[in-house]
Amino acid sequence: MRALLRPGDWLTLALLAAATALLAVSLWGDGHARTVRIKQHGRLFAEASLLHDRVVAVPGPLGVTEVEIAAGRARIRRDPSPRQYCVRQGWLDRAGQVAICLPNATSIELSGGERAYDSLQF
Amino acid sequence: MTACSSDTRRLAPDDSDHRVARLAAVALVLALVDAGLPSPLPGVKPGLANIVTLIALYRYGLGAAVWVSGLRIVGAGLLFGSLMTPGFLLSLAGGLASLAGLAAAHRLPARGFGPVTASLVAAFCHIGGQLALARLILIPSDGILYFVPAFALAALVTGTVNGVLAAKLLEPDHETD
Repeated sequence: MRALLRPGDWLTLALLAAATALLAVSLWGDGHARTVRIKQHGRLFAEASLLHDRVVAVPGPLGVTEVEIAAGRARIRRDPSPRQYCVRQGWLDRAGQVAICLPNATSIELSGGERAYDSLQF
Repeated sequence: MTACSSDTRRLAPDDSDHRVARLAAVALVLALVDAGLPSPLPGVKPGLANIVTLIALYRYGLGAAVWVSGLRIVGAGLLFGSLMTPGFLLSLAGGLASLAGLAAAHRLPARGFGPVTASLVAAFCHIGGQLALARLILIPSDGILYFVPAFALAALVTGTVNGVLAAKLLEPDHETD
């Protein structure tokens, strides 16, 4: 009777396990952001660490945009914009992600870790 | 020209047709079981039907494996009513990719490499084919890469388990026909 797992099978298993680990490290490893940059009318309004939970109120032309930081993520919690696009974007947790509230001229961008892209143009 | 009932031609199915049909039927049942099992992530399934494909490959060669796999995919599409839906296309892409993988793995020397290698290669090709299709037509965004390690881990586990089961069933004292 032959062994269920032959030597080559162990080799295949080891190689694919290594490949899986490599994939996990490269795709999940360093993408998590560490800070959030809040911009108001093109100028940096605040840069906050994602490690400390807090709510930042950002005054804009239409009213106050609230940025919430919790559990290493950030989101626009409240915004006076009519269509609420930035609020509906929900939680951001990876470097390079942005949420822009155009009517209120406010945006948040996560940074730190490895950024997926250098800049975004709209 | 008209055809009347006396014109019927009989296609005599031979032994290999019966074998393929039997295996495809078993594969269909396993595909149904597969679909019924709860899954932690859409698309992560044990792929039990692949055990049958492996047995077809090792017992009767690549042709039988292609037939069994193809019949299972189309048959499952008909049974689930998912023919030509994205889910069916994903299944087809995965099936074709894993058959290509099986064809390659089957050429490895049999002394060192057994059904487990074939099963693992097929499982990884399956997720590869599915993800490629999903990236191309269903979710044209690199966000899908985020799920790749999870799928790879699932393929590693299910590929090994299915391979060991197939190897066990392929032992000479087993009647798997």
